[in-house]
Amino acid sequence: MSLLMEQALNGVQLGVTLFLLAAGLTLIFGIMGVINLAHGSLYMIGAYAMAAVAAKTGSFLLAFPAGLAAAGIAGVLMEYLVVRRLYARDHLDQVLATFGLILFFNQLTTILFGRQPLFVEIPDFLEGSVMIGGIVRYPVYRLAMIAVGLATAIGLYVLIARTRLGMLIRAGATNREMVRALGVDIRLLYTLLFGVGAMLAGLAGVMAGPILSVQVGMGEQVLILTFVVVVIGGIGSVRGAFIGALAVGMVDTMLRAYLPGVLRQLMAGPDADALAAGLSAMGVYMLMAIVLLVKPQGLAPAHG
Amino acid sequence: MKLKNSISAAVLAFLVAGPALAQQPLKIGMVTTLSGPGGYLGQDVRDAFNLAIELEGGKLGGAPVQLLVEDDALKPGQAKEIAERFMKTEKIKLLTGIIFSNVAGATVPDILDNGGIYVSPNAGPSNFAGKECHKNYFVVSWQNDTLHESAGQNATNLGYKKAMVLAPNYQAGKDAIAGFKRFFKGDVVGEIYTRLDQTDFAAEMAQIRAAKPEVVFQFHPGGLGIAFMRQYAQAGLLTEVPMVVAAPSLDAVILKAIGDAALGVNISSHWNSDFDNASSKKFVAEFQKKYNRMPTYYASQGYDTALAIAAALKATGGKVEDTNAFSAAMRKADFQSVRGAFKFGPNQHPINDWHALKVEKGADGQLGIVTKGKVLEAHSDFYAKSCKI
Repeated sequence: MSLLMEQALNGVQLGVTLFLLAAGLTLIFGIMGVINLAHGSLYMIGAYAMAAVAAKTGSFLLAFPAGLAAAGIAGVLMEYLVVRRLYARDHLDQVLATFGLILFFNQLTTILFGRQPLFVEIPDFLEGSVMIGGIVRYPVYRLAMIAVGLATAIGLYVLIARTRLGMLIRAGATNREMVRALGVDIRLLYTLLFGVGAMLAGLAGVMAGPILSVQVGMGEQVLILTFVVVVIGGIGSVRGAFIGALAVGMVDTMLRAYLPGVLRQLMAGPDADALAAGLSAMGVYMLMAIVLLVKPQGLAPAHG
Repeated sequence: MKLKNSISAAVLAFLVAGPALAQQPLKIGMVTTLSGPGGYLGQDVRDAFNLAIELEGGKLGGAPVQLLVEDDALKPGQAKEIAERFMKTEKIKLLTGIIFSNVAGATVPDILDNGGIYVSPNAGPSNFAGKECHKNYFVVSWQNDTLHESAGQNATNLGYKKAMVLAPNYQAGKDAIAGFKRFFKGDVVGEIYTRLDQTDFAAEMAQIRAAKPEVVFQFHPGGLGIAFMRQYAQAGLLTEVPMVVAAPSLDAVILKAIGDAALGVNISSHWNSDFDNASSKKFVAEFQKKYNRMPTYYASQGYDTALAIAAALKATGGKVEDTNAFSAAMRKADFQSVRGAFKFGPNQHPINDWHALKVEKGADGQLGIVTKGKVLEAHSDFYAKSCKI
């Protein structure tokens, strides 16, 4: 029982991390129509900025906002200098240009920080693990990740459902031309939105820093899974990204945790383990295929 | 008149170019992984290889050499293309550098089929060590399995009876688990295959906790290892279940990136930076002087590979065109390895001594990897007997 609960928490934690990445990606894709392959680079920038500031000052409380700011600024610059020229182009050009950005950012990071992964310590107040409900021991830092992720999800919901900016975002997702015709400065809105998306990716990177290895190319590792989340949730829908992220996090974790045990009932140990590893690696993609088959628009499409 | 001039110019150019061509340095092609999470592995191999060339004044074994380096980005297809280009357009016969076994699997057969020579500074997959061994294929590092056989023996020596094993689901990962099991005398209570692109190991940590093994053996090279070790410590497992690993899962770079979380981990390796032989001392000092960082064991292998090639070039007078003569010279392994004595087995993979190492805090409070004793002596690999060269 405690194992099941721990794995469920692991699933939620992986889910909220994916959500932070997917939320930005889905907003940018759904509203601006831009496929931003360099979204993973923003995640990397957040993690590196955080690691660098933490190493210099030794303070997590300074490093945290620094990572967010760096990712946000990089995002705004990226939009202003490159992506802005791509809105009218077709997706192939966008993919090409943003893929170029990945190479650019990776090389720049290699020049600035070298190829050796950086060390980031967990802040003292988040160190260790706690008992939850007397049944399961769980690392404090991962609980904090879940809390931050959920808080961000609520914040995004309020932003989109309750504010004027959110209204414009929703309007932009439904009918871009009409928003422009009504005299809204769509360019500013786009830049702002890109910055917000970048900051969310940066937040994911900042939080992942202390548990993963901060290194060149870390963004591409999560990018594919993020795209899966966006497709499952429905392109352009933040609500969909949340549902999709939790579904992917949960399915991936549960398959990895329990499939070997199930298969071991049916066949010899080593064979079961190898087969289970293969099947669980496919799990999220099978989930995507099933969702696309049943609901081609995704679980919670934006353009209802 | 004009025509005559240009003809004589061409003849002159030919005459001048003739000797110039003869003086051209020997080109060596290095296909290695420089980008992505495995980037520092290739970087260390490349830098150490270059160091060996530099220490000899731009030569290896008295022959001027030029090292061409290209990044395979851990993509087998890309590595294959680079190797083809090296061989076809650059006319390179001698190649080296591949880090990952899956890349080697796609690239090495091509090089050998085209009459090239390949000297591996790292990857030693099982499929090329046995029946498929080749007279022009040398591995200076180790056969993959032996790394982990040493870890299995180490776990047995340390008295553990119940082990849980984890490795990524690819050739070297499977070799790792096979190798560990071959020399571990206790029970293996669980085998978990992770993914080569996995970053979050929380599910695996929970499984380890539930299985309650006495010891955990894991193989996660490069960035994977950093994430794994860190999450292992954060899950509070490090104090509950000790860990036994082979060198790739805890090198000098990983140690720096995980800090105190590595304290007390048992490692087995064929080389360590504290080795007390002249060649190793010189290498560690020069490497630190030039690059201002601690060499990993990958660097030691890059250096040994350069020395092995240098010894062969010395014997053939700097020529590789006659691959038979070059291979015969390589086989003698007449060089001062940083590991101490060095010998190739019948399948042209090395016969290594394996040492037990442990992560400890030194007198200055700095974490270091300290050599503790021998695990296996003059250890050949399992596949050597099926190789007929």
